[in-house]
Amino acid sequence: MTPDRLRLLVPVMALAALLAGVFYMQPRAASYNGLNLLLNLAVPIALATIAQMLIMAVNDLDLSMGAFVSFVACVTATYLKDAPALGLLILAASVVIYAGLGVIIHLRNLPAIVVTLGMSFVWTGLAVLILPAPGGSSPDWLRGLMTVKPPLVPMAIVASVLIALVAHLLVMRSTLGVRIRALGGNARTVARSGTSVIATRAAAYALAAVFAILAGMALVGLTTSADANIALRYTLLSIAGVILGGGEFIGGRVSPIGAVIGALTLTLAGSFLSFLRISPDWQIGAQGAILILVLALRLLFNRLEARR
Amino acid sequence: MTRTILMASAALACLAGTGVADTSDKRIALSNNYAGNSWRQAMLESWAKVTGQAVTDGVVAAADAFTTAENQATEQAAQIQNMILQGYDAIVVNAASPTALNGAIKEACDVGIVVVSFDGIVDEPCAWRVAVDFEAMGKSQLDYLKTALPDGGNLLEIRGLAGVFVDDAISAGIHAGVAENPQFKIAGSVHGDWAQDVAQKAVAGILPSLPEIAGVVTQGGDGYGAAQAFAAAGRPMPIIIMGNRQDELKWWKEQKDANGYTTMSVSIAPGVSTLAFWVAQQILDGKDVPKDLTVPFLRIDQDTLEANLETTPEGGVANVEYSQEDAIQVIEAAR
Repeated sequence: MTPDRLRLLVPVMALAALLAGVFYMQPRAASYNGLNLLLNLAVPIALATIAQMLIMAVNDLDLSMGAFVSFVACVTATYLKDAPALGLLILAASVVIYAGLGVIIHLRNLPAIVVTLGMSFVWTGLAVLILPAPGGSSPDWLRGLMTVKPPLVPMAIVASVLIALVAHLLVMRSTLGVRIRALGGNARTVARSGTSVIATRAAAYALAAVFAILAGMALVGLTTSADANIALRYTLLSIAGVILGGGEFIGGRVSPIGAVIGALTLTLAGSFLSFLRISPDWQIGAQGAILILVLALRLLFNRLEARR
Repeated sequence: MTRTILMASAALACLAGTGVADTSDKRIALSNNYAGNSWRQAMLESWAKVTGQAVTDGVVAAADAFTTAENQATEQAAQIQNMILQGYDAIVVNAASPTALNGAIKEACDVGIVVVSFDGIVDEPCAWRVAVDFEAMGKSQLDYLKTALPDGGNLLEIRGLAGVFVDDAISAGIHAGVAENPQFKIAGSVHGDWAQDVAQKAVAGILPSLPEIAGVVTQGGDGYGAAQAFAAAGRPMPIIIMGNRQDELKWWKEQKDANGYTTMSVSIAPGVSTLAFWVAQQILDGKDVPKDLTVPFLRIDQDTLEANLETTPEGGVANVEYSQEDAIQVIEAAR
């Protein structure tokens, strides 16, 4: 078994264990509709996790992920519905801004954490300007897409597999993906190979913005309307999802399939605890305990890997 | 005590009227987004007390309370979807956002689950709303002052947290009341953020610039701070409308005993969760219930002060638990 496969083993086991636990406690969940209800809110989280993963692949961290997804949700529920052209323009502009952030971070050698933290206030501010009070509504095609009932396998699963597949091809198989991961691994090598480091970083950021935009749109498709604070918890969830799925904070070591599995695991962990009837006072702690358990397992695997 | 008797009789009436109530096999869940302040704690306690009794009496089969850990809409949406999976017949929800839960609530309605929102209400049309008429709450202050101060006078308005719709609604009610009663004039307005310390600082800051103040209109949680500011400035004590907080009631009682101070106090009882519970039970029972219901205020007057102060925990807020009959009354009133 290759080390990469081995890394993927822990998140897969964690997900399977949680799924088994949920099915045991709530047999109703093991059905077409049950699985969809259980996992449909994981779809936007999975997309945001892929976005965060792209940023983490170049050794940066995006602390504005939740705020940006909220901003996108507000744009989707207002402009994209009422004036689709203008809505698309705003979203395209935000991709350019993200690429610009990558350039600025690289040129001025700024810590990405500080820049994105600053940007999180900008995104939240813009979201409040667009939607001062919760409201808006989802474009009909988007609502239709998120509530589609494909035969045999529920939307949540189809979407998760699709996201994992596209992200895998993009990050693990495409030239751009290799360059992005190489930038996180060893920036000098990328420069020496004749590739523009700035362009690669900008591309990573732009690509992350595209996935974050998809996350915001998917979220509005599920909730049917938006709120300027709707996705604030996605910042930490997305980082946790990447790490849970076998990614690292540095070195360009990421796994798109693992990231999607990480997002599903985090979503399931919440449901699992709520089915267990754990008091809310303990729930955050219990969620943390699950995270620690999975990470401890991974550390163990890393040791085994190193010993070989 | 009277509550328990009332409840017992309500339960008895159920038993006598229709045999065991039709809802005896129904399960109701509470989806709550936040538990981090005394109001919410009291709300959950009331829920546990009243629904626990209802379960014991066989009115419903279960009434479980769930609170999300992070007060986030997406988390609560997931929580509601879990409740659908758990097969509850009704979901009572205090929502983190009026809109962001709509998708999950629609899912619940689509499988035939009754959804009743209260306090933090939702705008999905398939859900019921037990809402607070904050404007009427603001206006009721002027209705009281009109009789307490027939000659009128200058008012100081203490507002809540800027930008929150509750603040705008209460203030709009107060201003509507002033417009109807031209003998009153709002001489100044400050933001007290529903907190005694903030209100005290804000009032102390504006007081030197104000003429004699006859009354202070408030939003709750700010009356005690205002009183402290007036006392510190050595100004005559106006009629300060209180907001049912324990420190406010205690101060009022001290003043009442010392110099016969009179005022009134109004707010929403955290026990409104139990009202929503009974509304959900009534809907499950097959009653025809209008989608929009209004929560009665909990008003404390000169003669009910002592009784309410006694039952209000230190640092808490005056509370009342609702019975099935109260819910029926509220439903009738909305028709």
